Amino acid sequence: MSPHPPAADPAAPRPGLLDGLDVRPSQVWGAVRLVPLVRPEPVTDLRLHPRVYGGPGLVDLGGGHAYASYIPHGLVAEWTPDGTPAAAYGTQLAEDRTRRHPDTGRTGGRARPDQPVAAMQLHFHRRTARREAKHRVRFLPLHLALEGYLALHFGGPVIAWEEWSQQALRQGLSPRAEAAYLGTDVPGLADALSVFEIHPGQCGVLVYLADTLAAAFVVPHPEDYRTLHPTLVQDLYGDLVHHYATLMPPVPDFTARIADGPSVRSLAGLRAAVREQAAQWAEFHGTTLAAGLLDQPRTWQRVRRMDRFTLSRLLPPFRPREANHIGEAITDEHGRTVYLKTFRLPEAQVRRGHLLDRLAAHDWHLAATAAGLGTTAAQFALRLESAGFGHLLRQDVLDHYRSSHRS
Amino acid sequence: MNTESFGDLIAADDVLLFVNAAITSTGQREFRSDAATQQLSLDFLHAYLLGNYRDLYAGVLALDINDHNAVLVIRGLLESAADATPGQRRREGRLIAGRLALLPPQRVYGLFRSLRRAAVNNRRTRALIRDWLAARPDLAFDAVKYRSGLKQTLRHAHLTPGHPELGTFLFAPLSRARYDTPILESWRRAHYEQAAVYDLPYTVAEGFAARHGIPRSVFLERIAPRLTRQETLRLQETAQRHGPAADRAVRADLSRMPLTRLAGYVLSLPAAERSDRRAELTDALHRAAVRVAGAHRGTWGRVTAVLDDSFSSYGSGAKRRRPLAVALACHHLLAALAAQYTGLWTSGRTDALLAHPVGPTPLGERILDALDTGPERLLIVSDGWDNAPPGLAGEVLRIWRTRLDPDRRTSVVHLNPVYDAADFDVRRLAPSVPTAGIRDAEDLPALVEIAQFAEGRTGLAELRAYLDARAARLPHPRVPAARAEGAPQ
Repeated sequence: MSPHPPAADPAAPRPGLLDGLDVRPSQVWGAVRLVPLVRPEPVTDLRLHPRVYGGPGLVDLGGGHAYASYIPHGLVAEWTPDGTPAAAYGTQLAEDRTRRHPDTGRTGGRARPDQPVAAMQLHFHRRTARREAKHRVRFLPLHLALEGYLALHFGGPVIAWEEWSQQALRQGLSPRAEAAYLGTDVPGLADALSVFEIHPGQCGVLVYLADTLAAAFVVPHPEDYRTLHPTLVQDLYGDLVHHYATLMPPVPDFTARIADGPSVRSLAGLRAAVREQAAQWAEFHGTTLAAGLLDQPRTWQRVRRMDRFTLSRLLPPFRPREANHIGEAITDEHGRTVYLKTFRLPEAQVRRGHLLDRLAAHDWHLAATAAGLGTTAAQFALRLESAGFGHLLRQDVLDHYRSSHRS
Repeated sequence: MNTESFGDLIAADDVLLFVNAAITSTGQREFRSDAATQQLSLDFLHAYLLGNYRDLYAGVLALDINDHNAVLVIRGLLESAADATPGQRRREGRLIAGRLALLPPQRVYGLFRSLRRAAVNNRRTRALIRDWLAARPDLAFDAVKYRSGLKQTLRHAHLTPGHPELGTFLFAPLSRARYDTPILESWRRAHYEQAAVYDLPYTVAEGFAARHGIPRSVFLERIAPRLTRQETLRLQETAQRHGPAADRAVRADLSRMPLTRLAGYVLSLPAAERSDRRAELTDALHRAAVRVAGAHRGTWGRVTAVLDDSFSSYGSGAKRRRPLAVALACHHLLAALAAQYTGLWTSGRTDALLAHPVGPTPLGERILDALDTGPERLLIVSDGWDNAPPGLAGEVLRIWRTRLDPDRRTSVVHLNPVYDAADFDVRRLAPSVPTAGIRDAEDLPALVEIAQFAEGRTGLAELRAYLDARAARLPHPRVPAARAEGAPQ
């Protein structure tokens, strides 16, 4: 991948999410399977560094919106406009760099301690993605994706149908809360990451728990990956992933098998069979294991342009009872993935997203949405309530539906 | 072999499994399991062997099992002395005494201390302690260096030290105005006089130096002649930090170091220093290897080795770079043993001196490369976690054995430096390839011998014969063996 290839034809189809990355054999530890992704040629003009926050934080989204969350670290993306390799101070930990660049120490207009501290401390972040200098953007990994999910149809009903409560009409979905597990709480994940053997040139990993894809992580450069590999335990994982990790027995290795065929008559024949094995695994992985993520139709929302790179967020179609991955990505001008981080939504959260999507599609008309879903308005109202959106409906309307359902 | 019962085969299998565990595991943390898991797994094996195959369990003492396990075996045998027949006791007594003579003294004092804690004080134990102490070259030195160890041992075994001043020294040290034995007198004077500190062993002197507030650089410079070989090796970097005088004084003679230790030391150095001192380090490794190879030098024909330098060869914080050090030592030893040698590292690097634990373990591919060289012997030194792709090494070896080399022109042996606690054995690559545990590269020739048993072609009778032959090679302590039995008949 040369630093500045000619601009892509806009009509060309978007390349696949993991194009340009080679799949290597997985490494299994308990119920965790890690599939390394190797970039034949690293991207040198965009580099990521971690910045350690280590605690709960409050993110100001602008426009009077804010949210509180556990934010273990931020990422700093740095690029060069002319495609020359980005500054090599790339993969140092944030403490050193801040000392050299004191101007970056004031992210929120407030003093930010340079080191993670033992005491509980609240960090203030302005926006999930924020430009810090001309060629540097700080963003909170996964939060970009989560913000997209949390802010889904955040404004509430667009037409004031009589069923909606005053709160829904005035404040929309606010306050909206979702929960996830920290990677350190997912059994076996920390061990799996610590005994994982990083491949030369590795720029990414797919994390499977009980052979369902929990997260995908891709960075531009192998050195960035080496630095950011341990941050995977500080990421968020849905409760589905946590349950799988807790309850599943160890998954089997996909061990290599060479048939005793007539072709294996010499060492050269054996070597060819070995190469075939590697190709088989890559194909099996692409078409079977990772199919949930790769084949999922998704919506791209552009967040920020960074010269030839684009930071965007990915939203799934919110289909219930399917794997739905939200995520964020940096792509180059050809649409190839340079950075990627995804989060598998648990079923309950998919359902909430699905309900909101359906409501929005029918202009928040209760009966029409219910008809679209093939149920009655009463049943749909109760579904809304069990999904945690009961407060959006007027109390007397909800009571009416409840009693009519009971009778 | 046809005459052997199924039980015999299982017994041979169990013993080999135990030998592998006892060679590799030290109850310390490994790359993939923590210390508690290792100890739990190892304790089970010891209890199992002791309960089922007491004779073979004792016989293992004659093999190159590591000191940690030798101590556990001896303790197990002494604790359960009541279950043994008189004949067994006589044989065990000889084996224990022979092994105790090989163990470093601090291990033996540790063993005696654990026997005291476990309240094991039968006549046989007391006799063993008595004979071991009688064979010590300088008990006064032990009294200074292993003070509490010797004191507890004497107390436990109800022994009066033969030396006239030792009793006072151990139990009422400051009650005498002076001692006639020089080292005891130095110890007494070291309480008041700085110069006397330097006549004491390093570990004891260190405490006195702290008490007198002697600067570390001065202390290191002057204590240098009293350092043991391994203390010198350990203090190389410390001495360098404390100025040129200390560095000059504490300069290890690398050409006399044991091979695996030396490999561990080389790997502890930063890459830049290793390439700066390339000639010196390579030469030292070569000499050590030639010394180990001895008369076998150049007799092994065409040898190819596959050496594991994947990330897991880092080992753990407790056994830092141990698997890699074993691989590096094997690399040099095989170069000395072979007439024509090729060493292939899993990472694909060619410079052995700059070996560094990094990357995955593509054993299968590397074994293919190794077979391409057409070797007479193929040795694989790896922890057996073949992961790029998993199981490929096993497949390659299987096809090689069944289709490409059915006449066994190439002998393949896998040596594994890491004990897999979950499987109670070292991890194997393929059923057709014998696997043996390895702790020190120095034992390699003997291990290749044992590994042949693991192929399942030799039975219990041969294994017993082998154990007896090895037992005959154990050193005979200076005291007559008849006294070492001790237990009433």
